[in-house]
Amino acid sequence: MTPLVSLNGLTRDFTSGSGFLKPRRVMRAVDDVSLEIPRGSVTGVVGESGCGKSTLGRLVLRLLAATSGSVTYDGADIGSLSPAALRGMRRNMQMVFQDPYSAIDPRYTIGRAVMEPYQVQRVAVPDPKARLAELMAMVGLNPSLTASYPHQLSGGQKQRVGIARALALNPAFLVLDEPTASLDVSIQAQIIGLLEGLQRDLGLTYLFISHDLSLVRYFCDRVVVMYLGRVVEVLPQARDAPRHPYARALMNSHFEPDPARRKTVQMLKGEIPSPFNLPPGCAFAARCPAATTLCQTDRPALVTGTDGHQIACHHPQG
Amino acid sequence: MALLTVNGLGVAIGSVAPLEGISFEARKGEILGLVGESGSGKSLTALAVMGLLGRIGGRISSGSILFDGQELIALSEPAYRHLRGKRIALISQNPMTSLDPIVRIGAQIDQVSRLHLGLSKPAAKARSIDLMQQLRIPDAETLHNAYPHQLSGGMKQRIVIAMALAADPDLIIADEPTTALDVTIQAQIIQIMVDLVRERGLALILITHDMGVVAQACDRVVVLYAGRVAEMNITQAIFASPRHPYTASLIACIPAHDQPEGTLLGIPGTVPGVLSYPPGCRFHPRCAGAMGVCSAEVPVLQSLAPGTVACHLQGMPA
Repeated sequence: MTPLVSLNGLTRDFTSGSGFLKPRRVMRAVDDVSLEIPRGSVTGVVGESGCGKSTLGRLVLRLLAATSGSVTYDGADIGSLSPAALRGMRRNMQMVFQDPYSAIDPRYTIGRAVMEPYQVQRVAVPDPKARLAELMAMVGLNPSLTASYPHQLSGGQKQRVGIARALALNPAFLVLDEPTASLDVSIQAQIIGLLEGLQRDLGLTYLFISHDLSLVRYFCDRVVVMYLGRVVEVLPQARDAPRHPYARALMNSHFEPDPARRKTVQMLKGEIPSPFNLPPGCAFAARCPAATTLCQTDRPALVTGTDGHQIACHHPQG
Repeated sequence: MALLTVNGLGVAIGSVAPLEGISFEARKGEILGLVGESGSGKSLTALAVMGLLGRIGGRISSGSILFDGQELIALSEPAYRHLRGKRIALISQNPMTSLDPIVRIGAQIDQVSRLHLGLSKPAAKARSIDLMQQLRIPDAETLHNAYPHQLSGGMKQRIVIAMALAADPDLIIADEPTTALDVTIQAQIIQIMVDLVRERGLALILITHDMGVVAQACDRVVVLYAGRVAEMNITQAIFASPRHPYTASLIACIPAHDQPEGTLLGIPGTVPGVLSYPPGCRFHPRCAGAMGVCSAEVPVLQSLAPGTVACHLQGMPA
């Protein structure tokens, strides 16, 4: 089966400093990421702040242009599309943002915000009232809220509005960028349940970006672990045990809701290095408990095993 | 032995009563978890104990707060100032709210022990560097001269913890100390705090909404809902046999190890605002087990060794 979305060697650089008084410095936020996202699947991208996961999400939808590499959606290279063609393509691919408050115009009523995509895309809706009611029901919002303003809604309700907007144009593919990171755990679980149901009922394909490996393992079919712009491990089955020392550290940092499973937290040395001067070898080497001199000098390549498991590490664990 | 005993605490802001009947104990060498969703009254309880309600226009309307045998409710502001920082320290969620951005971090830690312990400048500096080393801050002597913006979020939170420890307090209240941090850093900060309590025998009140953190770190737990105590117990009992449906729901919000797909349950609805507290048990509109009596009568907090619970379902035939 052909994948719905393919990333090929996707790379994005950011520069800082004008080069005039301040030296020009280049930071590689996303470094040579290749990935195939099968239709109807949920792929999780996990990593900490600065690992490039949100940049990756934006590159996939071409909200940001890639420095090199390409994204194909349903066989079409979205990097080569004209602005008009890209806009049309966006009906199929939408994003749910981390902070629903800044994603919705505070002066719009909820009803107008949910229907805004039709206005932007200049798509006529035969019965806007019925469609609005349908969308509100799909995301579990009380229809009486259509006349309310965003500030009158709770965080969870606002995120439901964000999801309704993303679904308005019947897309096949959604990038979910930390959709629950700013919510209480009780509301996070509600939203994850909603997203699970929508994916099942509408046959959607998700790219789910999160810092929470346990949530990703629970929610996704497949997990991509990123560290400083690079993919360090891909687990073809989300529940597989990770073998990269960084992925294992992430896993060990999640506390189970069970006092019988208390963990001894392994202290990683130091902090995430500056993305402006990455070491020549493995980016994780300075913090890795298993690092050797080889790791300092040679960057490990991402190697694919027979089962589809991918890892970039000189000393895989377990 | 109880270091802090809060008994029947009620807080009023103007004519509304956001907190009522709050009772718990914090003991030396123990971590007490104060849990609940946003809006359940966790931070307000912390402010009441710290004597800081005046800052938000609130006051204590009933009950007592005994700290080391001393009643804090009627304490004058100058007397409170001797206690605050010296014997009771507060660690807030966002380290930047506790740090002055234009003062070197060393000077900020030094200030605490100079003020409260009367140390000389060099003695205070030596103490600060020693504390920073105990908190595993690398290169403490250099960082003593750094400004807050030069440090990462995790390092800043360690500096705030060092400040809290500088006057050798007996009680620390940590209000969501790791919510703003990356997962691996969160795990490390929790571990550091657990070690501190064990090594120094101080009492820690850990405010969080994450039952994973509670299971990992706390000895005893108070569950708050909409300004009242729902349940209190030792950590093992809270997780093994939660007696309040709200406690059980909070636990079910965190994906457990290999939780099957589609089984993560949120809690329907949201915490009511202080102006719309429902009658009877305030959790009844969201409770799957609610009965007629739940919307009519306020459940009393009954003792059920080793804990206490306020729920009409207790004592009902299962």
